[in-house]
Amino acid sequence: MPKTATRQKTETKPTKAATNGNNKPAPKDAPENQTDEPDVYDVKEAQAEFNKRRKSQIASIKKLDKEFLGEMLYQMILGRLFERKCAEVYRMGKIGGFCHLYIGQEAIAVGSMMALKEGDYAITSYRDHVQAMIAGITPEAVLAELYGKATGNVGGKGGSMHMFSKEKGFFGGHGIVGGQIGVGTGMAYAQKYKGTDNVTLCFFGEAAVNQGIFHESLNMAQLWKLPCIYICENNQYGMGTSQKRAMSISNIAKKAEGYAMAGEFVDGMDVMAVREATLRAIERARKDGSPTLLEVRAYRYMGHSMSDPGKYRTTEEIKKYQERDPIILFQDSLKEAKVFTDKDFEDFVAKATEQVDAAVKFADESPFPDESELFTDVFA
Amino acid sequence: MAEMTIRDALNQALREELLRDENVFIMGEEVAEYDGAYKVTRGLWTEFGDKRVVDTPITELGFAAVGVGAAMAGLRPVVEFMTWNFSILAADQIINHAAKMFYMSGGQFNVPIVFRGPNGSAYQVSSQHSQAFEAFYANFPGLKVVMPSTAADAKGLLKSAIRDNNPVMFLEQETMYGLKGEVPEDADFTIPLGLADVKREGTDCTIVARSFTVPQALKAAEIMQAEFDVSVEVVDPRTIKPLDIETIVASVKKTNRLVIAEESHAFASVGAEISHQVMENAFDYLDAPIRRISTVEAPMPYARNLEVAALPSVEKIVAAVKEVCYL
Repeated sequence: MPKTATRQKTETKPTKAATNGNNKPAPKDAPENQTDEPDVYDVKEAQAEFNKRRKSQIASIKKLDKEFLGEMLYQMILGRLFERKCAEVYRMGKIGGFCHLYIGQEAIAVGSMMALKEGDYAITSYRDHVQAMIAGITPEAVLAELYGKATGNVGGKGGSMHMFSKEKGFFGGHGIVGGQIGVGTGMAYAQKYKGTDNVTLCFFGEAAVNQGIFHESLNMAQLWKLPCIYICENNQYGMGTSQKRAMSISNIAKKAEGYAMAGEFVDGMDVMAVREATLRAIERARKDGSPTLLEVRAYRYMGHSMSDPGKYRTTEEIKKYQERDPIILFQDSLKEAKVFTDKDFEDFVAKATEQVDAAVKFADESPFPDESELFTDVFA
Repeated sequence: MAEMTIRDALNQALREELLRDENVFIMGEEVAEYDGAYKVTRGLWTEFGDKRVVDTPITELGFAAVGVGAAMAGLRPVVEFMTWNFSILAADQIINHAAKMFYMSGGQFNVPIVFRGPNGSAYQVSSQHSQAFEAFYANFPGLKVVMPSTAADAKGLLKSAIRDNNPVMFLEQETMYGLKGEVPEDADFTIPLGLADVKREGTDCTIVARSFTVPQALKAAEIMQAEFDVSVEVVDPRTIKPLDIETIVASVKKTNRLVIAEESHAFASVGAEISHQVMENAFDYLDAPIRRISTVEAPMPYARNLEVAALPSVEKIVAAVKEVCYL
């Protein structure tokens, strides 16, 4: 299959026109000015761009089913409250090991994963709780896994970083930075091999872009036309190292050009923008397998993991980004589009709170795995 | 039965499995149009085409990862490393991903993949192209490790490896590709993984040898019989993991003496593991300390005389057998 693909004329080119008006235009990559480069994400400019496309966004919202919009918002709220609860119970010592929270990035997982259809796949990094729940793994199973309980999503074998659901096409949370980029490429390879029109969403952080596997994967994906949508969740920090201190250019989407692949910047605080960019990428992928690199710019509110004191950035910086909170922005749009009211939002929060509390109760009351489980699932 | 080389036996196994299961495909560097760097995949691209036999860029980590992802999604990739030395570039995918996936997904995602290629020394290819990796990969739960030494074993074990639902490291030996042997012609001929083979029966001393050292051990056994009237049994585990320790222990209980011959370096080697397991299971049966012949504790040199001196040899194995027999 791949050889045939390489013989086809490559028609893909980076789609500047398809940027959805998001963010500022790509800053010029001038190595001599590297240290003077602006932040990868300017809050004011991003908001100005958001305001510019507000009208068309409200129109897009109105085209969607109310129930679906409610589900999108609910998943964002649930993700937020679930992760807050994780932080709380982690501090109580109920969760061991690493625990990487998704707070601030909810629009990315919801906007992209809720654009998938039956048979599509998703794979992500260790920051995987919210993706897992959107895929359909219950909050109970995710939290019980965090507690290391037998009723956990993978029976207490994986913990925070390793949620999986074969049934739901969720190929896991993975703990090695960038490792899942190659695996996701292989999942897309299988989808093409089997002759389906399905696609794979492959999530990773911006720090993973510096790993060799990112480049090896994108090269093969474009060479062989694999229907993989690479979603770089640019939360601006690889653990405690800002992107500025780790990457020679600030524009990750631009790296797609190096592989003649379609690439796009997306405002990661705008769930509708994420959804629409993903849908464009999905359309390309379903058509002829063309992959896409999406750089979705967001901000990680919490530390890299629960053990991160966050001394590398200021409270002011965090507050600045929180002004564009993805849930608030989406709620404002939904209100403006007259889809939901403040009362509806309160109901969503109440329902999600209830669901999270039920998950805590379930995890608390579940048994630890039997010691005999130590040796199960080593070999198939 | 048909006589053929190990290379052709491997080729036949691949061909039969490609015919048997459409989810099986081969990928690697030069496996298709070039017919394989060592010609193991000769003719397969011509017969099966681009979909089933896939040339990759030189991107070991990348194509190993594609294999792992494709296997998780239901395909059965056979990934060739031009040599196992290059597998180190892909070690993250093999060790952190393939080996762990079934376990850390709570038994949901198995990874039915074969990584194969030549392992160990060739002729004067120096330090970076002469390493034996069986101990390295055997150290990680979740991986199976296979090392054939004959044409029949090569075919039967490779077919089993491809049909296995787990990641299998299939380690061949470049200098042995041309060795000929009788191979059953039945398309359903397989050899189960985890089953040792007594390559020569004997009563006075056991040599456990694998891959490169099996022909050497058989030659050493002939010499010991002819010159010293010592009857040597040669046991080839064939699969390093899972290891058929029972067959090895049974042999030691019979001969009371053990020499282990291996192409890898000695430190923390498979030979060290076998030695330990024999100590645990047959300590009272040993009449002499176990001796090991391994590649010397230095990177592989280029000069032919130094290379020969570094590797195991018939002479070294004979000397070790004499030592455990107090001759």
